[in-house]
Amino acid sequence: MRTLVLTAILLIVVPFAALFVGTTLDPRSETNPRGAGFAPGLALDLEGGTQLILTPVPEAAGQVTSTTISQAIEVIRQRVDASGVSEAEITSQGTGASAKIVVALPGSPDEETLRLVRTPAQMEFRPVLVQSFDPTAAPEPTATPSPSPTAEQPAEPTSPSDAAYYITPEVQAAFDRLDCVDPANRAGGLNGPAEAAFVTCDQNGFSKFILGPVEIEGRHITSATSGLESLQGGGVGTEWIVSLKFDGEGTGLFADTTERLLGRTPPTDQFAVVLDGLVITAPQVEAIIPNGEARISGSFTRDSAATLANQLNFGSLPVSFQVESEQQISATLGSEQLQRGLFAGLIGLVLVFVYSLFQYRTLGALTIGSLVVAGAITYLAIALLSWLMGYRLSLAGVAGLIVAIGFTADSFIVYFERIRDELRDGRNLAGAVDRGWTRARRTILAAKGVNLVSAVILYYLAVGGVQGFAFTLGLTTVIDVAVVFWFTHPLMEVISKVSFFRDGHRWSGLSPERLRASGVRYVGAGRFAGPTIAPETGAAEAAATAPEPAVVGVGAPPGGGGEGHLTIAERRAAARGQAAEAGAQDGAADENEENR
Amino acid sequence: MALNFAQWGNDLYTGRRSYQIVAHRSRWFTAVGALAIIALAILLSRGFNLGIDFRGGSEFTVSGVQDTSQGPAITAVQSISPDEVPRVSVVGQNAIRVQTSEFTNTEDVQRVRDALAGAYGVDPGEVTTAFIGPTWGAGVSQRALWGTVVFVLVVAVFMALYFRAWRMSLAAIIAMLGDILIAAGVYAAVGWEVTPSTIIGFLTILGYSLYDKVVVFDKVRENTAGVLDQSRSTYAERANLAVNQTLVRSVNTGVVAILPVAGILFVGAFLLGAGTLRDISLSLFVGIAAGTASSIFLATPLEVSLREREPRIAKHTAKVIASRQAAAASGEDVAVHATAAAGSQLMPGQHRGQQAQPRRKGR
Repeated sequence: MRTLVLTAILLIVVPFAALFVGTTLDPRSETNPRGAGFAPGLALDLEGGTQLILTPVPEAAGQVTSTTISQAIEVIRQRVDASGVSEAEITSQGTGASAKIVVALPGSPDEETLRLVRTPAQMEFRPVLVQSFDPTAAPEPTATPSPSPTAEQPAEPTSPSDAAYYITPEVQAAFDRLDCVDPANRAGGLNGPAEAAFVTCDQNGFSKFILGPVEIEGRHITSATSGLESLQGGGVGTEWIVSLKFDGEGTGLFADTTERLLGRTPPTDQFAVVLDGLVITAPQVEAIIPNGEARISGSFTRDSAATLANQLNFGSLPVSFQVESEQQISATLGSEQLQRGLFAGLIGLVLVFVYSLFQYRTLGALTIGSLVVAGAITYLAIALLSWLMGYRLSLAGVAGLIVAIGFTADSFIVYFERIRDELRDGRNLAGAVDRGWTRARRTILAAKGVNLVSAVILYYLAVGGVQGFAFTLGLTTVIDVAVVFWFTHPLMEVISKVSFFRDGHRWSGLSPERLRASGVRYVGAGRFAGPTIAPETGAAEAAATAPEPAVVGVGAPPGGGGEGHLTIAERRAAARGQAAEAGAQDGAADENEENR
Repeated sequence: MALNFAQWGNDLYTGRRSYQIVAHRSRWFTAVGALAIIALAILLSRGFNLGIDFRGGSEFTVSGVQDTSQGPAITAVQSISPDEVPRVSVVGQNAIRVQTSEFTNTEDVQRVRDALAGAYGVDPGEVTTAFIGPTWGAGVSQRALWGTVVFVLVVAVFMALYFRAWRMSLAAIIAMLGDILIAAGVYAAVGWEVTPSTIIGFLTILGYSLYDKVVVFDKVRENTAGVLDQSRSTYAERANLAVNQTLVRSVNTGVVAILPVAGILFVGAFLLGAGTLRDISLSLFVGIAAGTASSIFLATPLEVSLREREPRIAKHTAKVIASRQAAAASGEDVAVHATAAAGSQLMPGQHRGQQAQPRRKGR
């Protein structure tokens, strides 16, 4: 009983309260699509969303091919999946050089999501050759020390920091012309050629740079995570950073770079982290970093740090994109049709209820009650998750929920059948519930374990719709186990004390007459119980209606021998059974239940 | 009837009534084999009718429409290509986007354009067409396939460890593959378009099938726990008893799982015309039916066949049969042995210690 109350509080009241608080503090509205609401968020196929048409911005002829488009689709899909927006639909439109990418996202995407899908996220590390803190265009050479452009060009660079080789008069001129105050120059784009110097701005427009050739490419980054910086003392700072981890080759390159730059004259002891043509940060090398871990701090916010980490994790886009149009689209599934389908599913559910009442009589009400409780918890969980992590229910999810009815009801069926088995063995209800539970529990846990394993694996390995399905499956499995353990079983224990069930009323679904009528049963102390006439008619009827009367019955009970194998009780029971059966047909015979 | 069903359950439980499912296993193997071959033949000859999500298709955009209801577009497309189930959505305020599988000849494209323009009362010039690529590309399929393979392997290991018998796990996996094959065959035979929903339906079947097998096998495990310690019944007989004892559960679960799906398939898809749900409900319907049946008729008999190759079980079976024959030869208690074989199992008694005491609760 205490468990029941506790379950009610933990599984229903608490989520409901959380949701209620959520709807008050962070209500879902037009302007806040990710807020809390009592209705779960729906996915693109059920609710519609926003369709973006992305046009590639080629920076070189022949850059846009069907291969680059499909690469870009793959990268965008991974980024979108990882950002928690469930089940975006990404496809190409048109072919060849005029191909576009159509991205449909549920709800209305915010600025960070747009940036996620359209920016290439090409990151590279370059040494700083010249840094000027005067970001405006200089009419004449600035105070920044620069090697004389008139000097003869060396044939080979001595190192990537070789300013004399890389800063050609053209580079110097470009640097002088660059005006980083103009936002147009800070829009970003593609990174310059890897083998040459690159002139660009800081992303905030505070300084401008001449950078050496690429030392480490973005593809050497194996993972990127975002978080608050951790301080020397072990505390957590207030600045958002992105932590990078390089692969083996990248680790070596990074160690070499930091070693070479260490102790050079400023500003050439800095390396610049360049993202999409802009310098995010240009830290000074203070130590050699041999372990391949780098942290980037720039003026990140929580969202922009997370976006960047997401982008870096899945590689860069081969081209950058421009949003050509952004339009609302309606659900792809006819809403009318969906309603009809769900109505039909509801009819099926009513049939399930009728069937359980028919099969388990009053006990069927416990099945229905448990299903309703499981349904309520599932609904709350989905509403809560769609607020907290942007989960959205799609058609695949709905299918998962419908099949979950079967899985969930099966837990109760397994449990009830085990209780009935125990009753058939002649236990009283309390004992049967007790033993039946121990046996059913094991089966239920093993079978649910399989479901949970499948859900977890599919969730982590698959993408798109399959992921949504796996999530629903896992969620319903966990809820199902919780309901059986903390609702159905405690309630069963309670009702096993109610006289209606305990004494096995005819309509309780647990009546001994219905469950034990199959013959003579030894009840101890040399006495037998059970009708001797009833089973005959029962068996005859059953035999007539059974689909396949391949009944094995074993013919006559022992007549002569076998004293050593049967107990006295069994022999007497057999004798009585035989007497009752005398004259009945031999084939579909009666076998006395054995004494256990 | 209800009384009879309960009675039937009782008889199955006590072994008074027993279907010789395991003994007749060659019959089931032949039937499943035949079905599998038919399914395979259908799959190879007809193949799947892959939908727009996998192959890409044509997209028509009707601009400047007054009425944005979806019905006219569906009727218009179906007047040209009757089997097509187009996906219609409203883009922006006054545009309709219609996606269909690809029309290869330009005449058809022109006719669909005209039909759409007519349906919405706009000039044919307002209808633009484009080829669209697949939303479910090769990458997605690959990830899904990879996930499924890993999942099946992990579940196989899980079952082998749980039941402490790799043969049980193998039997379950083979039976599950059979279910998928049959469901896929039926789907291909019906010829409906394969959509992402279909794939998800198949994945659901995979999970359901394995789940159902674990439940049935758990009963087999329970019944055969001490089989080697006695000589009255063989492993096969115990396993058969287990199948019979879970028969009521299997029927009930099967019915409960299939009713909502059947509701969607028959009432929803056929009577009310909810075409968009028919793909997933068909794959689920066939799969759940096949999964429930195969737990009884394929998985357990297969498991018995495999387990009987295990040396100690083979030896035990031989011993039981020999002792029975010896008993028969000497004209003794054949019936007693047979009783034990068909009837419920005998468990040796044991001292239960304090377990025999009433439990105190609620403290």
